[in-house]
Amino acid sequence: MIKIEALHKKFGKNEVLKGINLDISDKGIFAILGPNGSGKTTLIKALLSMVIPDSGYLAVGGTSIKKNWRYRDQIDYLPQIANFPANLKVSELISMIKDLRNRKGNDEDLLNLFGLKPFLNKKLSHLSGGTKQKVNLVLTLMFDSPIIILDEPTTGLDPIALIHLKELILKEKAKGKTILITSHIMSFVEEMADEIVFLLEGEVYFKGNIPDLKKQTNQPVFERAIAHLLTQENV
Amino acid sequence: MFKILKYSFFDLIRSRWSYVYFLFYLLLSSVLLFLNNDLSKAVITMMNVITILVPLIGTIFGIMYYYNSKEFTELLLAQPVKRSSIFIGQYLGVALSLSMSLVLGLGIPFALYGLFQSNEIWDFGLLLVTGTFLTLIFTAFAFNIALYNENKIKGFGYAILLWLFMAVIYDGLFLMSLILLQSYPLDGLTISATMFNPIDLSRILILLKLDISALLGYTGAIFQKFFGTNMGLFVSFGSLIMWVTLPLFNIYRKCRKKDF
Repeated sequence: MIKIEALHKKFGKNEVLKGINLDISDKGIFAILGPNGSGKTTLIKALLSMVIPDSGYLAVGGTSIKKNWRYRDQIDYLPQIANFPANLKVSELISMIKDLRNRKGNDEDLLNLFGLKPFLNKKLSHLSGGTKQKVNLVLTLMFDSPIIILDEPTTGLDPIALIHLKELILKEKAKGKTILITSHIMSFVEEMADEIVFLLEGEVYFKGNIPDLKKQTNQPVFERAIAHLLTQENV
Repeated sequence: MFKILKYSFFDLIRSRWSYVYFLFYLLLSSVLLFLNNDLSKAVITMMNVITILVPLIGTIFGIMYYYNSKEFTELLLAQPVKRSSIFIGQYLGVALSLSMSLVLGLGIPFALYGLFQSNEIWDFGLLLVTGTFLTLIFTAFAFNIALYNENKIKGFGYAILLWLFMAVIYDGLFLMSLILLQSYPLDGLTISATMFNPIDLSRILILLKLDISALLGYTGAIFQKFFGTNMGLFVSFGSLIMWVTLPLFNIYRKCRKKDF
């Protein structure tokens, strides 16, 4: 589904991605992990062509994404920070995104699930952080696309919404989709992810499933194993 | 692109500032017409206001809209929409809603006054056309400045400077160069210097149309000889169109390379 070869990106003098190679051909949930500033968001933004790479090859669904915008129809993306045009109502935003994508969305079920119905006629600037994140999730998950990218999906969610989110993600996985998630919440990652992609200083430092990671680091606990990866680098 | 244009346009039409801008022109032209009772003089006064105010509002509005809709833009960038459509669509949304405020705000009082029965309709038409051109040109400049500057304060600063330069400083430099070089033939310089500033160009176009170029003395004679002809009119409109397309092309070029 997703193929990344020798991806490089610099912002000024700051070299964020130093030759990423990644091949995600299976279905399932992939967690992209790494310390702050390791290039997770840049990598995701490069996948969406929001960041233009300096060099390297990126392909989604078998075709290069260079000078191509139609491929984004296959991707549902949840941005890290939910910032919306302030003077729009929730319902207007939803119908606008549907119109732009030219697709019917399954927003009814999601709105009910997250209890957003009472907020439909409220302006986005009047919503709390958690409610905004729920709107963000509805916008992302209402389309039935083969690839889903979630950048810190748990931010600001209450425990009930978090349970719903987990169920939703598993349901999408069962449909045979490829799901990329970044998160700093290790328990969430351990529960959800089939495979871990660990980025460190702009390179893929580890790729594999959780038992492999535990075995390689000799740590029985997932959180410790991740910490071990980090300290190993520092020694 | 038309979807983006539609959303930006309606978003702006609903905003308070479009109404303020529209009402300002409505009030100004009503006052001028009904107190002055002279269509020709009203057109000249309107011209003086338009050549200064339209570029100012175009730049400020353009730059404000770009920075304010940054989140919206980022949301759009992740959708299956062409990048250039997003930016060109937003640009057209701003420029067209401003032009509409201008054309309606000026047009309604003039129409009520009985413009359609008078001979001034062409002068007035030219006023609206150049006003629209100035809006298109300066909004495009504003989008260019905003695309190159992430920092809002810097962007605003450059935008104001650009307006100040085009509206005030350029004329000063132009005049000084004419005085310094007065012992040389200046026809070519005057005409090309006018071409290089859309504000001056619009002003000269309207003045000549109003047949008051005699007021401009010797320069007026040169201008009349050049701009008064069909060739001159053609060249000056060509130059106004260039002033729209060049910055627009640069928006197209720059937005495809930018990181968000």
